[in-house]
Amino acid sequence: MVEYLIDRVGLPGWLAWTAAAALAAVLILNVIAGGALVFIWAERKIAARIQDRLGPTRTGGKFGWLQSLADGIKLLAKEDLMPDGADGMLFRLAPYVSFCASFCAFIALPFAFDFVGLRLNVAVFFVVAVLGLEVFGVILAGYASASKWSLFGSMREAAQVVSYEVPLGMCVVVPVMLAGSMDMVTIAEKQAGWFWNWYLFHDPFTFVIFWVYVTCAVASVNRAPFDLAEAESELVAGFHTEYSGLRWSFFFMAEYGSMFLVSAMAAVLFLGGWNGPVPLATLAGLSEGTGDTAGYLVRLLGMVNLLGKATLGVLVMMWIRWTLPRLRIDQVMTTCLKYCTPIAAVMFAGAMLWQLFLPGGLVPGMRRPAGEIREGWLEGPGGRAAASAPTGSGDLVLVPAAQVRP
Amino acid sequence: MASILDDDPRIIEFDVRTDEMLVNMGPQHPSTHGVLRLVLRTDGEIVSEVEPHIGYLHRCAEKIGENLTARQWIPYTDRMDYLAAMNMNLGWSLAVEKLMKYEVSEKARHLRVLIAELGRIASHLVGMGAYGLDLGTFSPFLYAFRERERILDLFEEACGARLTYSYITVGGLTADLPPGWLQRCEAFLDQFEPVIKEYHALLTTNAIFVKRTANIGVMSREMAIDYGCSGPVLRGSGVDQDLRRDGEAIYTAMYDGYAFEVAVMKNGRYPRDHEYPPVPPDAVIGDCWHRFFVRMIEVVQSMDLVRQAIDRYSACKGTIGEPLKLTEKIPAGDAYLETECPKGQMGFYVVGDGTAIPWRARARSSSFSNLSVTADLCRGCLIADVPAIVGSLDIVMGEIDR
Repeated sequence: MVEYLIDRVGLPGWLAWTAAAALAAVLILNVIAGGALVFIWAERKIAARIQDRLGPTRTGGKFGWLQSLADGIKLLAKEDLMPDGADGMLFRLAPYVSFCASFCAFIALPFAFDFVGLRLNVAVFFVVAVLGLEVFGVILAGYASASKWSLFGSMREAAQVVSYEVPLGMCVVVPVMLAGSMDMVTIAEKQAGWFWNWYLFHDPFTFVIFWVYVTCAVASVNRAPFDLAEAESELVAGFHTEYSGLRWSFFFMAEYGSMFLVSAMAAVLFLGGWNGPVPLATLAGLSEGTGDTAGYLVRLLGMVNLLGKATLGVLVMMWIRWTLPRLRIDQVMTTCLKYCTPIAAVMFAGAMLWQLFLPGGLVPGMRRPAGEIREGWLEGPGGRAAASAPTGSGDLVLVPAAQVRP
Repeated sequence: MASILDDDPRIIEFDVRTDEMLVNMGPQHPSTHGVLRLVLRTDGEIVSEVEPHIGYLHRCAEKIGENLTARQWIPYTDRMDYLAAMNMNLGWSLAVEKLMKYEVSEKARHLRVLIAELGRIASHLVGMGAYGLDLGTFSPFLYAFRERERILDLFEEACGARLTYSYITVGGLTADLPPGWLQRCEAFLDQFEPVIKEYHALLTTNAIFVKRTANIGVMSREMAIDYGCSGPVLRGSGVDQDLRRDGEAIYTAMYDGYAFEVAVMKNGRYPRDHEYPPVPPDAVIGDCWHRFFVRMIEVVQSMDLVRQAIDRYSACKGTIGEPLKLTEKIPAGDAYLETECPKGQMGFYVVGDGTAIPWRARARSSSFSNLSVTADLCRGCLIADVPAIVGSLDIVMGEIDR
């Protein structure tokens, strides 16, 4: 888009960049916030169906699909309350910290081939790191609320999230190792083709580590059965006990944003990203790499694919939440430190050895050998331009492995 | 507090000491089953002391009882254990009948058993569902309410009310069953029986549920007896006591001819235990899991009793008879009777002075005694265990505060 603005419209470079960035930001913010509204509605309907209820039925027609919007308006109109002893600045700041962290991570998330806010060469690292910032908002909220229950909730969340980032990091590193890149576009691109090319089915170790990732992801976004920070039967409402109205809804949006993010991460890292189980486009002789209309449509199809996978992940999380009781804090820690971390470590080592000795898989010729695509951004025509150009095939350069390896 | 922390072996694993904090759990707290207030002294996540405070729902019910006739007080007993109002009605009615040496007709006796056992199922369903809620799972609560709703529908048909029935009353019952009620009741039982398996799958055998309840809040047999616990709480500790079998003659006579086994673990086995999931290896007799499981067994047992009562009731000829009139004089003297209510042994004490109005009306609450163990059971547990323990006692504040 930047090229288009510079070349065709004739804007100066800085203005083109700013305009492109603003558009990307607005798109991401609105799509994800809108998505969060849809997920909140979906959660209410799903919870209702699981519990033999109907859920919202009136607002917005037959299925109550406007319920989230109506709730949003209600929350906007609510009185803004702050406890007497609260630390005013931190209390106001906390929801935005959580919200920003959750939504910022979407910058680096590719929705389809090159449909990405900012193509980062360290996208995986960026997403995990920024998502980890969300806990700051929670800690601030708990500390600033001047409520003991909030403090309990936020301390729990801090302990839990920090612990679960260890196994989560190990799980995330495995696809990075297999792809030889931290670039999420590259990682997903490497899983193109039939569904057995997905890293989930790469080897037995990745299959196991996917489930460890699912556990850790659920825990790191504080969903049941790991939702200790807001355990309503113990801590009233946990860290957001004292929040109401719009501030509270920011925490809510952050939670649903994070849920979607970790699901999309799982889709990109393990489930082939935007590549469907059957490579329809390739079978039809189309390629997403081409800049023409067909390629564009293929990418749109890929986006539907990725969103579908991520939505499936979110739905599974909802299903778990409405079925299982909540764990206790020591049991949550035990799950992390005694089970998830060692399993992740062993699986990481196993995947590494597999990659070393059986890089082509058990069946020769089943998948492309490792190292065929190496850090395209490095070889491309200038890192920045290549990373941000949404169209054009020149940004991903396929370099034979021999040329890159010293 | 230091001494308590030193004495408790569980504290050793958490050797990081922080400042203690006093936290109020309740009276407005989602998991305290009404308006119970627990003052927790916490050391991080560890609770070193729990002090229950009661009295937020005190409505002077007993004093009111000294200003009303015996039958007029029945609606006030409804509001004691509002989740098992039928059983409360029954307790007071039997106590007054004991004083008056009154005997209800055979048909009314079987109808009372039928209604009381249905009430027990309804109460245990709430206890079970709310316990799931305490442990953080919301859905079983609504499943339990779905079934309870059908019991309430039956009650509504019988007496017109859904929560505070005043159906069983001094000298019988206010009305006989409407036509077709027994068939609808049987239809409910047939529908309900297979559903119990679902509860076992969602709660009793659920790995997380077992982790949260097994070996938590273990109450020894001696401790349960010393504190005067009763009902499922007592039987969960392995004490073989059920007033339907061991109570006073006027109460056990009601269950005369009914076959049932007391839901208690004897020699490591529960009665009819082949029908239930096995006891998990982590569970210790007297822990939260066993208290919960006893209730689950009692639901099945009560279903059996309801079926037997339906047979006996329909075999009886004639009518259930009229209850005593509202202004019936009660003789001078006193009577105390305990009955087996869903929550435990509920006692009613009545002193008559020859007029229609009792000179004294008193209630002995089972939940009160059951709640009194909280402080002992919760010492040294984690915050998350407090709702798990209090929930397993299945208390109702209306009965404690009266």
